[in-house]
Amino acid sequence: MTMLTDRQQLSYIAAQAADARVNLELETEGMTLNIGPQHPATHGTLRIIARLDGEQVVWAEPSCGYMHRGYEKLTEVRTFPQVTALINRIDWLGSFANEVPFILAAEKLMGIEAPARAQHIRTILFELSRIANVSLFLGDLGVQLGAITPVFMAFRDREYVLNLIEGATGGRFHPNFDRIGGLKDDLPAGWIDETRSVMKKLRNFCDEIENLLFGNEIFQSRTRGIGVIPRDVAMQYGLSGANLRASGVDWDLRRDQSLPMAWNKVDWKVWTHNDGDSFARCWVRLQEVRESTKIVDQLIETIPAGPVMTKVPRIIKVPEGEAWVATENPLGEMGYYVVSKGDLGPFRVKIRSASFNNMSITPWLLKGVYVPDIITILASLYFILGDIDR
Amino acid sequence: MPKIPGLFKGLGVTLGTLSRTVTQGANTVQYPHEKETPPIRARGVIALHEGNCTSCMLCARSCPDWCIYIEGHKELAPPRRAGGKPRSVNKLDRFDIDYALCMYCGICVEVCPFDALFWSPEYEYSEPRIADLLHDKAKLGEWMQTVPEAPELEAGADKKGKK
Amino acid sequence: MSVLAVDLPYWAQSLLRVLGGLVAVLLPAGTIVYVFLFKMMSFMQSRLGPMEAGPFGSMQLFAEVGKWLQKEDIYPERADKFIFKLAPLIVLASTFLLVAVVPFGPDAWFTNFEAGIFYALAVSSVSVLGILIAGWASANKYSLLGGLRAAGQLIAYELPMILAVIGVVIQAGSMNLQDIVLAQNTGSMFGWDGLGNPYVLTQFVGFVVFMIAVQAELTQAPFDMPIAESELVSGYMTEYSGFRFLIFFIGEFATAGVFAMIASILFLGGWGVPFAWFGWSDIDSIDNWMNIVGPLILFTKMMLVVFVIMWVRFSYPRFREDQLQRFAWKVLIPISLVNIMVTAILKVAF
Repeated sequence: MTMLTDRQQLSYIAAQAADARVNLELETEGMTLNIGPQHPATHGTLRIIARLDGEQVVWAEPSCGYMHRGYEKLTEVRTFPQVTALINRIDWLGSFANEVPFILAAEKLMGIEAPARAQHIRTILFELSRIANVSLFLGDLGVQLGAITPVFMAFRDREYVLNLIEGATGGRFHPNFDRIGGLKDDLPAGWIDETRSVMKKLRNFCDEIENLLFGNEIFQSRTRGIGVIPRDVAMQYGLSGANLRASGVDWDLRRDQSLPMAWNKVDWKVWTHNDGDSFARCWVRLQEVRESTKIVDQLIETIPAGPVMTKVPRIIKVPEGEAWVATENPLGEMGYYVVSKGDLGPFRVKIRSASFNNMSITPWLLKGVYVPDIITILASLYFILGDIDR
Repeated sequence: MPKIPGLFKGLGVTLGTLSRTVTQGANTVQYPHEKETPPIRARGVIALHEGNCTSCMLCARSCPDWCIYIEGHKELAPPRRAGGKPRSVNKLDRFDIDYALCMYCGICVEVCPFDALFWSPEYEYSEPRIADLLHDKAKLGEWMQTVPEAPELEAGADKKGKK
Repeated sequence: MSVLAVDLPYWAQSLLRVLGGLVAVLLPAGTIVYVFLFKMMSFMQSRLGPMEAGPFGSMQLFAEVGKWLQKEDIYPERADKFIFKLAPLIVLASTFLLVAVVPFGPDAWFTNFEAGIFYALAVSSVSVLGILIAGWASANKYSLLGGLRAAGQLIAYELPMILAVIGVVIQAGSMNLQDIVLAQNTGSMFGWDGLGNPYVLTQFVGFVVFMIAVQAELTQAPFDMPIAESELVSGYMTEYSGFRFLIFFIGEFATAGVFAMIASILFLGGWGVPFAWFGWSDIDSIDNWMNIVGPLILFTKMMLVVFVIMWVRFSYPRFREDQLQRFAWKVLIPISLVNIMVTAILKVAF
């Protein structure tokens, strides 16, 4: 688990210098390549404008906004339940996780807390969305790098998680299950047993991906030492989630914040890595999926009995005030700043999405890398366009 | 035991999947010929129980997409017992849900105070023409036959019997 | 052609040869596409692959061919038209030229070159031209990148391929592919001729190097940088659609089949079984039915080799271009040079 040796780094730099010298002598012009917005590798409609010198990037800039749906404007004219239905679609792969910070902010403004059973089930569904999201990442990582088989295994095993979410909430991708004061409904019978077996399958999947992809020497040579983000740079650019933890920063909002959720009731570990390269980011996410399965396993054994909804009025008017709640979403830190004027709906919602900030490091990071490495770096940073553009 | 290089382990994984598919079958379903049944709570289509609807407009108002179109009028019905006043009832003229707009969020089903809307897991209603995705009162009433019973809840739940 | 009992006029023989050439190229291509690309890849991904077109999807290839044929023939406005249209044909032509030297049986061959393998390696380089032309003439930056990468990669991996073959040539003592087959099947290992002398055992290093070089020549993963679907959207093939793409597609799998045939001839004993099984001693004593069974045996060995190629293709991510080059020049070429030296020494010593 070491980075490139000094000798390898020096030879990389020497190769780049040699390339530059040749280009100077031949007086070749750079080529401006548009990667995207229609491209198989960008997770959606992202456009990266790269000025290339042969195969090396001289300058790169992301140009996002092709998927802007105007969420913050939409929320101005909708009620709280309607906003909850909409924000499912920001990070569409782990969609329950999008609802939670918003609902927690609204509950904070109202001064209520969901009952213990609801908090517990919320945490279970949150971790299930994390598993669904990041297991797709693991498969997608293979495709970006050329291995076409892991993605099918990812989709195959992710189906089980989606079926679980559908069994409980009614929707595979967009559960729309969180309500101010608790959850919409309780779990159907047999769900807990099914979850137990699905978590076993997910752990097998992680082992399979580790053997097929992570242990592969070609994969390692493609990702080790590529796109190194030092610790202080990661913090300056506001990275969050696994990108931050892979650069050695031990920061996880589930543990470091006290929210009315059930993470502090179970025993789990925060995974970090010191290298800060692409391999580190991918590896941290793999371990996070494994850890999430362990969290879910512990949580489903200890669900407290009781109601899933506190007493709230039929028509909810959230009192005036402002609240900020952020959670450790699958993509990073996602937060909602909710301003309420005592109406049926929020006055203004500011959505801090993880991928937007994670992507801000790309101009700095992509200087001097080769074209294939652009794809590797974007894959390892892992963003969803819905999350960037909202 | 020397460490097997990752390259060979990877080959082993794919070969293992190949043999598993050959012996135990694939993880896919050949869709038009075999179909998977969705879970009971799956949000497939919304069914309308016209008798319960009082055209209170709560569902139409709470839809994030405003895809429910309701028109109704008041009528005088005969009194319940002889010698009483005629009572006014709501008669539903039009109750359309435009499934081209519907987000399948379920807010309408949840807010209905009279239990007139129900979820059904039926999902095979795609149409060649987008205008045909506007289901009118009669069609929504037909979906009522596909509405399942609510599932049993897990142990420890508060038995309130939601829909 | 003493294969058939009747003596055919020359024009009929030529016609048969042309048809045979077509079959020899297209039949393996079609089988490889169906068995490996449609079915094996799907089974490795826990799914069944095409099942609708024909029983178990066997007609899928015909459906796809029909689909591509009926597409509109478009090309980019700024593309160099003549060269753009020529490129796929060059790639396919090199495959047909290559199959001309492959012996299918003791008497079932198209040509019996004395320098068979030399000709085969030379002609397989013609497809590089086709790929380069495709990349350059497409007037598309992605295709250009793909074409340039292909140029570097294909030329770099020609050398290990040639060097790996030299070991076989030294051991067989001839460049004629028919002689190489005979040498393997009449030979013996340490005095035991039960298995003949398949060069895959003595030239194992050469076999591995040859297979890696073949994987790179076919631009299959892990060496598919020129195509690099997730970056370059098909690389040099991006602007091709319809019939022209069909030619590239068939060319890719036909070349895979023909290279696999050549690999099985060089290393696995080709169309033959060890002669000791039937008591034959040289080519004239082989029974006539071997001319029918020989192609089937060669076909089976080809499928085995293609299985390995495709298995690796579906399991590994791709190399980056500079890693690719480093691997070829710094690892494969020295290994194959050492292999040649060792083979030459051992050949002289024994």
